[in-house]
This record gives sequence, C-alpha cells and structure tokens, in this order.
Amino acid sequence: MTDTVIRHTFDAPNAFTQAELGWEPWLEPLPLGELTERHYLGLVDKRRASNPYFRLLVRDPDILGARTRTDNDIFYNEKGGLSRALRELSAASASRTNGCIFCASVHSRFAAHHSKRPDDVQRLLDDGTSAPQDDPAWRAVIDASVALTVTPGEFGASQVRALREAGLDDLAIADAIHGAAFFNWANRLMLSLGEPTPPQ
Amino acid sequence: MAPSITHVTDVIDHLIGAEEGDALFALRTQRPDAKQNAQASFDALFASDDLSQVSQLERLAVAYFTVALSQSPTAGFYWDLLDAESPEVLGALAAALPTAVTTGPYGDYPEGPLSVENVAGLHWAPDAALTAVVGERLGAALAHTHLLVYRPRESSPDALQALLDAGWSTTGVVTLSQLVAFLSFQLRVVAGLTALKGELA
Repeated sequence: MTDTVIRHTFDAPNAFTQAELGWEPWLEPLPLGELTERHYLGLVDKRRASNPYFRLLVRDPDILGARTRTDNDIFYNEKGGLSRALRELSAASASRTNGCIFCASVHSRFAAHHSKRPDDVQRLLDDGTSAPQDDPAWRAVIDASVALTVTPGEFGASQVRALREAGLDDLAIADAIHGAAFFNWANRLMLSLGEPTPPQ
Repeated sequence: MAPSITHVTDVIDHLIGAEEGDALFALRTQRPDAKQNAQASFDALFASDDLSQVSQLERLAVAYFTVALSQSPTAGFYWDLLDAESPEVLGALAAALPTAVTTGPYGDYPEGPLSVENVAGLHWAPDAALTAVVGERLGAALAHTHLLVYRPRESSPDALQALLDAGWSTTGVVTLSQLVAFLSFQLRVVAGLTALKGELA
C-alpha cells in the first residue's frame, strides 16, 4: 500500500520569532503501540515518545539515537570550550541562513536566555545574519556559522583567525564549527518533514 | 582499491587527516560522545542491518550526490564507495552533475514579511538519460536530495508525496532525509576542522 502525506490547514508562522512554536509532521509518526526496545534506545529519552517529531524519526531508530547523542555532546558538554550562549548563537545563525523558522525560534530563545541579550538576538532574526553586532565574539560566531552553512562552503583560515581574535581557543572554535554544522543536519529534517504551528 | 567502510575506524578523522597523537585528534576526543556518535551515525546509515526500506545502492547514490552538489572535498570518499557498488550509477550521476550544481541556500519563504528575502534558483529533476539508468524511484530521491541540499526551506507535503508516489515508504523517507541531513553535517565538520587544522594554537 502506498503511504500518503498529512496535510494541515493551520496558518504556519511566516516570520522569525523567539516565541514558542509547535511543530506538526507531514508523515505519520510510528504508532506508540509499535515501539520496540530498539525504538526506545533510539529515542534516548523515553519521554520523547510523546513528541511527534521524534516519534517520526524513530522509524529509523539507530540513526536517531546516534544523532541525539551527537547533539547532546555538542550543545551540553560544558567541559571547556564555547559558552552555551554562543553555541546556541551558532545554531540560530545556521537556522536563520537556511530559513528554518522553527529551529531559529528554539535556538534564538536559548541564545537569548543564556546571554541575557534578547535584543541582540532579535536583531539577528529581524535583520538577518549581517545585522550589526557590537560584540566581536558574536560577530565572529555568526559569520563563521554563515560561512559554513552556504554552498559551496566559504569557511576557511580567515574565519578561524577571526574567531581566535575574538578570544576563542581551539576547543571553542571546534564547538562553534560543530554547532553550525549540526544545525545543517537539524534544519533539513525540521524543514522537510513537517511545519511549525503558531504560538500557543 | 576502493576504501572499505569497515576499514575506516573514524570517517571524519580519516577525511581531515587526524591521527592518534596529533593535536586535532586530541581536540576531537574532548567531545567524546560527539566523535563516537558522528561515527555511529555513519555506521547506522552505511552499515545498516536493515536495507528493506532503502537499499545500499540507494544510500550510496544519495550520499555521493549530496556531497558532490555541496562541492565538498569529501566527494572523493563517497565517489569511491559508490564506484565499488555501481560504476554505472556513478557514471550517470557524474554526467548529470553539471546540470545540477549551483550555489545555495535559496528558495521562497512562506508568503509574508520574509517574501522580500526570497531567492530564485534551480529546481532540478533527473533528465531522461539519468532516469534510464537509475529508474523512477531513485530518480525521485535524487530530486529530493537536490531540494534538501540547496533549498530546504521550500520543502512541502507535495515533495514528500512525490517520493511516496515513486515507491518510497514513510520509513524510507525518514532514512533518506537523515542521509542528506547527516552528510550536510559531516561535510561541514570536515570543512571546519580542516581549516582549523592549519591554524591550531
């Protein structure tokens, strides 16, 4: 039997925002009753079974599990390296470049929370990645994330030097690279398998 | 000889030329779960024990097409893997590349305030010569790969329905999407760490 997509009738958000959006899939998540031990291993955190995004991705459990563990270490391993705020900024910058309204909403909110600078984050959303940013580390992380995100890639020695001049050490530079690179993975899933719902 | 997937312990280390004992290798070990699971992701996609929804040839063809469209130096690695599986499909993809390669990201936003940021660009689909070699099913996956690489913001239920109509299952679409998305990550980690390698403190 041929599967069919799910079509929604709500008006999906059409602008970048720090507000909390929902997300609805265009493909059927795996029914709860069909989850096996291997699927729960893929979900990593059992509570994710109630989330339609993860219950759709868990149809291929091994890659979901590895993806989630990669994500967690890139963003939550705080042994040295880049601040949480700037890791979130790298995610928001990649998402703003690719045009993922949902991913940008989550990670701009996190960047604003960790930096306590919601206005600087909002300027990135409203005016884009080239909008002025006074903080040299913000400037360098945003520019590096954009250079990594565009095709063909433009990230090279000059981006590394700009990050270093802004005070980042080798591990922090590697964190910025991984944060932006990871959102080139996440954006493509979030954008292509469903759409955001309006703020509650 | 083509590189065997099983003979490369860590594909990213292999692609950036990092070896145990050097500074770049040591740097990656400071995020041990990210390193280990980037490799586990590669293994989940390219050494899967379940090929019922996406065949190994389909995985390798989509992989090569993703990195080639992205104009990544990792294309050589995936070229060799696909060449070992099907030189015929590789030849057809390589012949089609000049009509498919462009710059990105581009595409339209949902109608509204962001419409001023819309960027027009190529909507690519396989031509008759490529379809004759790869068939309708893999051809639909290649068109979707092009969409995900360059204009993911133009994704739609219609794009997914086209895959389902070409014979892809819902689970197969999930795996296909993960393939393109994971490689979009891997090639950028390789680009970033390669640049960092020449500039280490």
